[in-house]
Amino acid sequence: MYKVRLWSVKHSRGMERLYHATNPLVLGLMRGLTRLFGHRLDRPITALEAGVKGFLFDCKMCGDCALSKTGMSCPMNCPKTIRNGPCGGVRENGMCEVKPEMRCVWVAAWDGASRMQHGDAIKNVNFAVDHRRKGTSSWLKLAREDSDAAA
Amino acid sequence: MLRPEEAGLNPGDPLPILPGHVSGGRFERVLRAGHFAITTEIAPPDSADPDEVLRRAHLFDGHVDAINATDGSGAHCHMSSLAVCAILTRVGYSPIIQISCRDRNRIAIQGDVLGAAALRVGNVLCLSGDDVSVGDHPEAKPVFDFDSVTLLQTIRTLRDESRFLSGRKLDLPPQMFLGASINPFAPPYANRVDQFAKKVAAGAEFVQSQYCFDLAMARDFMARARDLGLTERCFTLMGVGVLASAKTAKWLRSAIPGVHIPDEVIRRLEQAEKPKAEGRRIAVELMQQLAEIEGINGIHLMAFKQEEFVGEIVKASGVLGSRKPWAPEFPLVPTPSK
Repeated sequence: MYKVRLWSVKHSRGMERLYHATNPLVLGLMRGLTRLFGHRLDRPITALEAGVKGFLFDCKMCGDCALSKTGMSCPMNCPKTIRNGPCGGVRENGMCEVKPEMRCVWVAAWDGASRMQHGDAIKNVNFAVDHRRKGTSSWLKLAREDSDAAA
Repeated sequence: MLRPEEAGLNPGDPLPILPGHVSGGRFERVLRAGHFAITTEIAPPDSADPDEVLRRAHLFDGHVDAINATDGSGAHCHMSSLAVCAILTRVGYSPIIQISCRDRNRIAIQGDVLGAAALRVGNVLCLSGDDVSVGDHPEAKPVFDFDSVTLLQTIRTLRDESRFLSGRKLDLPPQMFLGASINPFAPPYANRVDQFAKKVAAGAEFVQSQYCFDLAMARDFMARARDLGLTERCFTLMGVGVLASAKTAKWLRSAIPGVHIPDEVIRRLEQAEKPKAEGRRIAVELMQQLAEIEGINGIHLMAFKQEEFVGEIVKASGVLGSRKPWAPEFPLVPTPSK
């Protein structure tokens, strides 16, 4: 929801704290569930992630979550799905050139990042998304990447 | 009309790549030699006629160092940038191919970059691109597989690592001078310089800006770019526009997001007896004042529908001193269009 999304960016510092507090738990849980159930719970887990992040950030489930690096503003809400924004067309009032009723996702991102402890991560280049991952869970991806790396 | 093949030379052949250079083009040479440079924009025709491209380019002979060929600007259909560039290199011009991420995915773009380099195009400008909704085919599917920053990174990978993103090796990498756009005149103002830094980190060796009508903002932006050391790593060409009237200025300001024109400029045009001449005078003054700012290496002069005045404006500004940019030795001047 647009209003909740703006609220999340406004409270990016709190969201960052929440992320750092819950991330190890979430990933640990994902790893445990993967060990126990293999891929059998992927669908409900993905649905849960889509629900939670969809509510808070209007998450589009790109499968390559960048929220912690983009000031808690989901870049996939940009009509051009720019991953390193903003583009040059931002309106004088900070609104999107394509959707004048929406605050530019990247104006929000830099604003959100300015309040975050590790906000400078927004200055690193984010490579283009892997379109095969669309609709898949970033939580599971991270958990499995970690365990693959550990193995 | 005499074709280069008939004249017994190929003026478009690349020059030897000098040490520390990345391309065989004249544009990079001019900048790296420390000269103040001028670039301009050619409007690709709504036509399949190559002579029309040459007719439009001929207006700039001896006045500019490189010519940007736009890529479906404003999401409107025109002759492709790649084709315009290929026609221009045959005569020896230094075109800058513009690549927008709107219409092509990573497979098409990497192929086009190799093709452009094979056709002797030595410069590329990486853009995200205007959204399809503002163009004449709003029903088209927007692609945006890349953004301008990842596009820069990709072309740098092709060039410097001699491979596709997939890892597959190239037999000959594309030797191109890498460019990007900046817009210091749109929000988020404080972070525009950070965005510039990101583009430099991703590979930008020159940048061209959106229209600059606000010197104070340009000065402030350049001061911050200097503080971050960007002006040492990247050449900056500030965009200057030629306004035909107060009406055009107001239209640009309201219809094209990201264009900032102060009221003062509009007032000047309104009060002028000859607004078209006043628009050119404003461009001349801006060029002179921008050239004074430390870290600005050139001007990108955008004279949409006023291309015939580019030479006059450049001369009046005096920013090139006594230097005269390259012009074809055997100009191909097609007969005027009917």
